[in-house]
Amino acid sequence: MKEAIRLENVSRTFPQRGQRIVAIRELSLSVPVGQRLALVGPDGAGKTTLLRLLAGLLAPDTGRLRVLGRELPAEAAAVQAEIGYLPQRFGLYDDLTVAENLTLWADLYGLAREARRERLATLLQASGLAPFQNRLARELSGGMRQKLALAVVLLRTPPLLLLDEPSVGIDPLSRRELWELTQRLVGPETTIVWSTAYLEEAERCERVLVLQEGRRIADGSPAELRAELAGRVFRLVPGDGRPRPWFLQFWRHPAVVDVAVRGGALRLVTREPGKTAGLAPDLEPVAARLEDAVVARLAALDPPSPPDPELPRPPVRGPEVVIEVQQLARDFGDFRAVDGLTFSVRRGEIFGLLGPNGAGKSTTFRMLCGLLPPSGGRAEVLGFDLSRAARHARARIGYMAQRFGLSPDLPVRANLAFAAAAYGLPLWRRRRRIRELAEAFALLPVLERPTHELPPGFRQRLAMAAALVHDPEILFLDEPTSGVDPLARRAFWYRIARLAEAGTTVLVTTHFLDEAEYCDRVLIVDGGRALALGEPARILADTRARHPEVADLEDAFVALLDERRRARAA
Amino acid sequence: MRENGARRLGALLRKEWRLVVRDPSSLAIAFVLPAILLWLFGYGVSLDPRRIAVAFVEPVRSQATRALRAAFAGSPWFEVVELRDMRMAVRLLDRGQVEAIVRLRDDFADRLERGDAPVQVIVDGVDANTARIVLGYVRGVLTQWLARRAPPGTFAAGLRPEPRIWFNEEVNSRHFLIPGLVAIVMTLIGALLTALVVAREWEQGSFEALFVTPVRPGELLLSKLLPYFLLGMGGMLATVGFAVWLFGVPFRGSFAALALVCALYLLLALAFGLLVSGAARNQFLAAQITLFVAFLPAFMLSGFLFDLRSMPIALQWLSLLVPARWLVSSLQTLFLAGDVWGVVLRDAAVLGFGAALLGLLVRRQLAKSLE
Repeated sequence: MKEAIRLENVSRTFPQRGQRIVAIRELSLSVPVGQRLALVGPDGAGKTTLLRLLAGLLAPDTGRLRVLGRELPAEAAAVQAEIGYLPQRFGLYDDLTVAENLTLWADLYGLAREARRERLATLLQASGLAPFQNRLARELSGGMRQKLALAVVLLRTPPLLLLDEPSVGIDPLSRRELWELTQRLVGPETTIVWSTAYLEEAERCERVLVLQEGRRIADGSPAELRAELAGRVFRLVPGDGRPRPWFLQFWRHPAVVDVAVRGGALRLVTREPGKTAGLAPDLEPVAARLEDAVVARLAALDPPSPPDPELPRPPVRGPEVVIEVQQLARDFGDFRAVDGLTFSVRRGEIFGLLGPNGAGKSTTFRMLCGLLPPSGGRAEVLGFDLSRAARHARARIGYMAQRFGLSPDLPVRANLAFAAAAYGLPLWRRRRRIRELAEAFALLPVLERPTHELPPGFRQRLAMAAALVHDPEILFLDEPTSGVDPLARRAFWYRIARLAEAGTTVLVTTHFLDEAEYCDRVLIVDGGRALALGEPARILADTRARHPEVADLEDAFVALLDERRRARAA
Repeated sequence: MRENGARRLGALLRKEWRLVVRDPSSLAIAFVLPAILLWLFGYGVSLDPRRIAVAFVEPVRSQATRALRAAFAGSPWFEVVELRDMRMAVRLLDRGQVEAIVRLRDDFADRLERGDAPVQVIVDGVDANTARIVLGYVRGVLTQWLARRAPPGTFAAGLRPEPRIWFNEEVNSRHFLIPGLVAIVMTLIGALLTALVVAREWEQGSFEALFVTPVRPGELLLSKLLPYFLLGMGGMLATVGFAVWLFGVPFRGSFAALALVCALYLLLALAFGLLVSGAARNQFLAAQITLFVAFLPAFMLSGFLFDLRSMPIALQWLSLLVPARWLVSSLQTLFLAGDVWGVVLRDAAVLGFGAALLGLLVRRQLAKSLE
């Protein structure tokens, strides 16, 4: 068996504000030729650093590194001339057309003219970009851009393909197409390292390497990883159709390692095989998924968090509509980002706004919060149009921005204090409130640490605590789970569920469609228009009636998107 | 392999050209900004005070006072406000409506006969530089008037100064400013534009992607140098053309000497732009650094706008490190004096040395790596 990649005790650190941050920690790895390796881990786990090391763009501090039989970094130029590398922000030139981008790279790779014509035709055909050859790259959708970037890298058939989160944030349909495109265009002898935040994508690879803080957490074929969970995964269909109370109960149960909501039912992983006594009567054993395995591994490392104290707040629930949106639209130039959305949210609901990047989620959000005036239609929050002043209405909502919007150099406590001051909390209440929140969000041990030192999961909790500092009636969360590990995502939804149980209305956007399951109702958008609106289980059932192969909401999304595109084409 | 290199370079150059043409901000820096500067310095800014308002106070009118007033009024520098009363003159000076007061005594005519007629000159000294110039002009008018009044041959030792001004015969500050503008335009295109376009490549991640191709660092370097070198030389030619044909600035040197110093300076500026963008890797920071380290010194410390010899000695020493200073020195010489090879070759040597030094640093920085 020939090796494509060999790492021996490779470490790499980066200087940051006087300290050295470890990105890769004594990693040894051997990847045989032709293997498809999925690289999985949260932001800051070291995925990008590992790929850059493999591309010869960074040198390791210690250890040995061989790629395609060549020593790195000594023979970097030779390796770079051969491999295909797709960095996270691939260097497409926005002001060049699709065809110009392709020919530029074809020239750079030194493709012979005849071979090139053939390959270009194949790539344009396979990627579906043929009709858009003369469009500027900046005018492509996120999914099409990634396909173009992949097409550029696949102009040659490289022996090694390094892909850094090629599918992040694009719609599930494009994500599947991207995967199939890669499989179709490379030979069986091409080794692929595919880094991803989506575990179902990793499941398609022959081998999965899970990194956390530069360390290997798990490594093996999906089947091997799943096998560890034999007899530990169960499904429960709630009798009353409300999975949330069960979710809250199982989350705190000592015998349960992980619980998630899938297809309207609960999936739980127990600490030991078969030990389900006292959990629930109708547990049905099911096959493990890769996600279960990874979360179980992560949970095993994480010390159990202390039980959460109750957030003091009287429960308010009711039929009262707190957000009312009608025919909302927004144009940027001649581009329509949001195209006639209509929905309403009741008090105490968790309402999800779902869709790929560029679908119009954040634009809708900003209009609701009064940060952006609508081009058409109406949006009212608590009876106010927030784009027209209504300062006291704004004091009743909390907003957590994308990428969290924290000050990285300030300690955790100062970030909370700033939020308290910004929301006008009286001085005498601030100290106590910060304490309460720090306890509720498990931030007490890190209160004095600078925010930038914390892993993404902590920053996410801090951002949420900051948005709740004034105890708002409505909480707006914009992509709160992007870039955090699956375990932190679970914990996050647990907190959201508790808030909603206590009467807070939550409006949340996400590009992880599986997270829709935690919402009471969702609006799925694509290209600024609604694809579906309603309870997740209902959407799933409706779509399944037409497409029996649909297993979960992501499949449903793909089916709905396909329907729409067909309808448009017809 | 070799012809592949040529093909790669060709592809990179084509890309560079398309990006410049399609990006309005590059076009603005390459063409619009120089045009604005040229217009501003050609028409707007002039260091020569002209039509200076001066209050002429003559309490008692006589033939002598009228003659002196006529001398002031006839000079191209002054706009005379006739007054009888000193108090009014002071009020005008206070309000900034006149720059100077020329006050004659009641008995000016009598004392002039006796050869002892003091004239009081009060100058608004807020802007010290202008004040000195105004004072000089007033003195000039007075001495000229006196010399013309004296009957021929009465000048004591028969001494008659016959002043000639060399190089800039019209004593027109525009002739001195516009050649220096060439240096500013080339700093804009060479350093600022290059720094921005290269930093943009870092931001977009296109460099990271380019590194993992068969492209060699030298090809990448050339693909950035060539287009902006041509653009910078184009900017230089346009500025020189406007200077000579639109603003009538004389050009007395040879084109070869001009091309030599300009090309060397441009190489230096390009190398600087590449260095900055490679270190900053984002457009905002690159623009800030270029502005402070290249553009402002080129403006202030090059002798383009402010006379270096009147600066504190420390600043004069500092100005030796400003590359634009050496270019401006050559430009002013070539435009107004001609091919003074002593100056041109010295400047060229300094610029060439600087370009080679920065070029080496760039070459070292541009290993294909993200370190």
